[in-house]
Parts: sequence; structure tokens; C-alpha cells
Amino acid sequence: MARTAVLGRLTWRVGTLVSFRDETAAARTLVFEIPDWPGHLAGQHVDVRLTAPDGYSTQRSYSIASAAEGELIELTIERLPDGEVSPYLSEVLSIGDQIELRGPIGGWFVWDAEAGTPTLLVGGGSGVVPLMAMVRTRHRIGSTAPFRLLYSVRDPESVLYGNELEMLRSADPLLEVHYAYTRATPPGFARPPGRIDAAFLAEFGFSAALAPAVFVCGPTGFVEAIADHLVAAGHDPQRVKNERFGPSGGSTVERSP
Amino acid sequence: MSVPLDGNAMAGALGELFAVDVSVAVIECAGCGHSGVVAAAVVYADAPGMVARCPECSDVLLRLVRSDRRAWLDLSGVVSLRLDI
Repeated sequence: MARTAVLGRLTWRVGTLVSFRDETAAARTLVFEIPDWPGHLAGQHVDVRLTAPDGYSTQRSYSIASAAEGELIELTIERLPDGEVSPYLSEVLSIGDQIELRGPIGGWFVWDAEAGTPTLLVGGGSGVVPLMAMVRTRHRIGSTAPFRLLYSVRDPESVLYGNELEMLRSADPLLEVHYAYTRATPPGFARPPGRIDAAFLAEFGFSAALAPAVFVCGPTGFVEAIADHLVAAGHDPQRVKNERFGPSGGSTVERSP
Repeated sequence: MSVPLDGNAMAGALGELFAVDVSVAVIECAGCGHSGVVAAAVVYADAPGMVARCPECSDVLLRLVRSDRRAWLDLSGVVSLRLDI
């Protein structure tokens, strides 16, 4: 794990939306340019602050989806039906618009790019976002750490980064991606709809004997269930790192991952 | 009660106060003596402030309230805080 760095206190910066792309019907990836951005580690997040003309201000946290790349960061925002901020960010914010961000934040839920240890990533819904930053960073730096991503998602239409994951996986025997569709599967998919359970983890995860690094991200209930299964299977609780997000509190309030 | 998050969600708010990343600090609970990283604490973020509770005994560890011009951090549930520097 990275040692605690003395970074100076966190302050707000202004980010400009330079491009975006829709990932699914409900999720959009926003690319922000932030002058003097110090770079980030895979798994870190940013806080976003929006202030209305009348002074009302609100904050949310979003995981960074991209590998470090100069002054650019990518956030994937999933629209929450009753969300206050996510519909604005994912539908209204236009190229050239500016918002306040601060980060990078969090030194715990961070992939150690130098360790080379087998790494198990377990994501539920948009909890896959910080895990994708790890997959992308691993690819970017040419790491050969064995990676397994177990991705629990409602249905095929809700999969984030599906094509990119398939492209990376097919070219890399050390990267495995396994889906658990909870409501509807693609035609011909071998496994009926269902959650990631102990049997799924045993079949597709790494055995505890390999002492893999483990990252679990998703809604609170998902994270707790998965972490319990892993610890019951012998994984060292210290090596199972979790990040929970909630409908209205996210890794700081309305957190999409 | 609302669904809790974890100490990762407090990292930004604490980063506004401290020059080091307190979310990776190991804190010892004054209630039960459990030691763990702040990131693994159980955090309720939708109270008027943020409340971090011990994952073992659920006693309150930290409370952080932020207004426009002031931050109030209550650490009375923490015996010690350890950081690698």
C-alpha cells in the first residue's frame, strides 16, 4: 500500500468538461480537464461540488474511472431516478461547462501497481467504476499481475465498459472477466440469473491460499455480503478492501461508485 | 436508519482539514479497543454531519460537521490514531 503522503490540505479546483460518451441508457462518462491535476492512483475518487445561482450548494463523490493521464480524468455517472445531482451531470452538463472538484481522494481503496500480486475485483452495478480504473491502469503500465474481475450487473444492457473489457480480456490471458447477471442474461448465457454467492466466488475468484489483494465495490448490502463470503472462505480481512456507495450517500452522498 | 457507507466517504472532508490522508490511519476505538483503518469504519453521511462508527461495537468514533465557515471534528470515541509517515 502506498505510504501516507503529505499532500497539503485538499482544496477545490475547477474542471472543464471536454468530452463525454454514453455507456448505457443510464450512464454517461464525462471527461474533465483540470489544470495542475496532480494525477491519481487507481481506485481513488473525487468530490464534486455544484452551486446554484441562489447559493445552494451540494456535494457528491464519484470514483475516477480512468487511468492517470495528465490533466484529464473520467467519471462515469449513473443516473439515479430521484437523484439531485446525477441527472444534471449525466444529461445537462455540456462541453465547456465547468464544475468544482477536489481530489484525488482516498489512499485505502487503491491498487498497488508495483506489487504484482493476484488481484480479485468484485463489483456490483456501478461499483465496477473504480475497478475499471485498476484494470485500465494495469493495462496502461503493462503489469502482469493476474486480475480477475467478477462483475454483478442487472442485465446485459446495464453493463459498463463491456466492449473494452472484452477487448482487453481477449488479448490477455492474465485478465479474466466473469459476469453474474442478476435479472436477465444474454441469450445462451450458461448461468441463470443470480447474484455472486460463495460458490461463484469459489469458482471464479482466487483461492485464499494465494493471498490475493481483493477490492469489493458496490452498494452497501452487496459489499457486506461479498466480504462475508470471502472472509468465510479464508481470505484475510486485512486484504479485503471495500468501498460502499449508497443511493444518497456515496462514498460521500449519492455516490455512483 | 439509513444505509451506511464507509470511511472512504469521509476522506474528502477530512482531507480538507489535514495535510495527510487520514482515511488510511489506524484508529483505536475507545469503546471496545478494536483497531482498524478509518476507511473501514461504518459511516452515516446523511446526518447533519458525518458520523463514523466502529465496525465491531458500533460506538461512535468520529463526528464531523462542516458549515460554511467552520469545521467541528469530535474525536472523543478514538483512543489513538496511527499514521505511517
